[in-house]
Amino acid sequence: MRQRMWNLKEAEVTPESLYVRRREFLSLGAAGALGLAGSALSFSCQASAKENPSPTFSNLKRGNFPTDEKQTPIADVTTYNNYYEFGTGKGDPAENAGSFHTRPWTVALEGEIKKPEVVDIDDLIQRFPLEERIYRMRCVEAWSMVIPWVGFPLAELIKRAEPTSNAKYVAFTTKLDSGEMPGQKRNVLDWPYVEGLRIDETMHPLAILAIGLYGRTLPNQNGAPLRLVVPWKYGFKGIKAIVKIAFLKDQPATTWNKMAPGEYGFYANVNPEVDHPRWTQAKERRIGEFFKRKTLPFNGYADHVAKLYTGMDLRKSF
Amino acid sequence: MPRRLLKPGVFVACLLPLVKLGVDAARDHLSPNPIAESMNRLGFWTLTLLLASLAATPLKTFFGWTAQMRVRKMVGLFAFFYAALHFTTYLALDQAFDFSDIGADIVKRKFITIGFAAFVTLVPLAVTSTDAAVKRLGFRRWKRIHRLVYVAAVLGVVHFVWRVKADYLEPALFALTLTVLLFARFVPARGKKASPAETGKPKNAGQESLSRT
Repeated sequence: MRQRMWNLKEAEVTPESLYVRRREFLSLGAAGALGLAGSALSFSCQASAKENPSPTFSNLKRGNFPTDEKQTPIADVTTYNNYYEFGTGKGDPAENAGSFHTRPWTVALEGEIKKPEVVDIDDLIQRFPLEERIYRMRCVEAWSMVIPWVGFPLAELIKRAEPTSNAKYVAFTTKLDSGEMPGQKRNVLDWPYVEGLRIDETMHPLAILAIGLYGRTLPNQNGAPLRLVVPWKYGFKGIKAIVKIAFLKDQPATTWNKMAPGEYGFYANVNPEVDHPRWTQAKERRIGEFFKRKTLPFNGYADHVAKLYTGMDLRKSF
Repeated sequence: MPRRLLKPGVFVACLLPLVKLGVDAARDHLSPNPIAESMNRLGFWTLTLLLASLAATPLKTFFGWTAQMRVRKMVGLFAFFYAALHFTTYLALDQAFDFSDIGADIVKRKFITIGFAAFVTLVPLAVTSTDAAVKRLGFRRWKRIHRLVYVAAVLGVVHFVWRVKADYLEPALFALTLTVLLFARFVPARGKKASPAETGKPKNAGQESLSRT
């Protein structure tokens, strides 16, 4: 298959049916030196045996904010994940999230809104026209990807909930279920995962709720059935497996910010000039590339979002 | 294991993580971020082998085992070998020899500062690992220099602790192991009176340098 990740050609993007098989036999422990020859054989035999049942979204509207940057191969997008609910290793979510149940699933809309409700995920998705958004994703760990999401503007959901004038912040909460999410059995973070945005940030057209990627249903390890995507912020703001969206008067306590307030700010806007205390944020490695590239202010979306923060000291409110 | 197979066996075992790394690299099984994965693995094996070399003496003290003393130097040198690969991967692959960035990292990032210090501390130990160096320096001075291994191990483990974002399980296990190994030094040795190192008159420098003082 591929020799060097940083030498990828477009045509080498692995079809989903292939990488799913690859994960399966890897999880059988075939990576052991003795199993290498045999697994190569079984790989070639099994690869075409079963098509992935994942449904494909049709007639997707091509959304705004397009980029012609090369998209990160789906195999990488779906096997290199920070999703501590399924383990702290980058490969853990792909290995452990397979049996996670994303149906039945409800999302609670509550707090400072006129239309609080608990809505079934499929009913919720039906309300909004889906579109594809190809966004850069910059992890706080200084690596990045380009991902074609399928989703809808967060602003549409916010508007329909009819926030009151008291609603200044929106907090998102991940499902809490250590039976389904084995990573929650260890107190690595303060579960459940909570993230938040200022209400004007939620209304920005760049912010979306994603339910898919690469034209397919969102894989569990990427945050199914519903996740936040705010591409001008570090990836940890993109909370996964959302069960609650609460409209609040006050800024919510968010998970990584509580864990290490000096390292992970509430805003977490991508900013090459404000280093993480332990590493530089001036550069990033795009997954699949060898040389690091310069990180752009607001992850390259400054023209769209910088005005949200006029008058703020972004070194203090990092 | 037959005595004559001990050294070759340990030699091959110490090479296995590197072989696995090479095989995984060739097969594109080093995660979508192969440079980070390589550094993590090489760092892990550096610490593992360094602590393994530090375990040799306590194993003798508490269990009376001696076979491991014959491979302690080799394991220690392999720890240095993996540390060098880890550091080289950082310089060449992670930073692409961008020395202004590397310098800034070493000065500004305390986990890199301390990791760099750990590596630098290992260099004189590797350089003076030969029997000839023991003779040249004299056993006592050589021994003093080689106590730096404790410093390197502490720096190395702290380097790992400071690097981690939230999951401290692995670095904590290293820290715990290192603490146990360090405290084990203070427990009186078995047959202490018979320890030739105590007499300061080693018959065979290469051999005796491996005993406990």
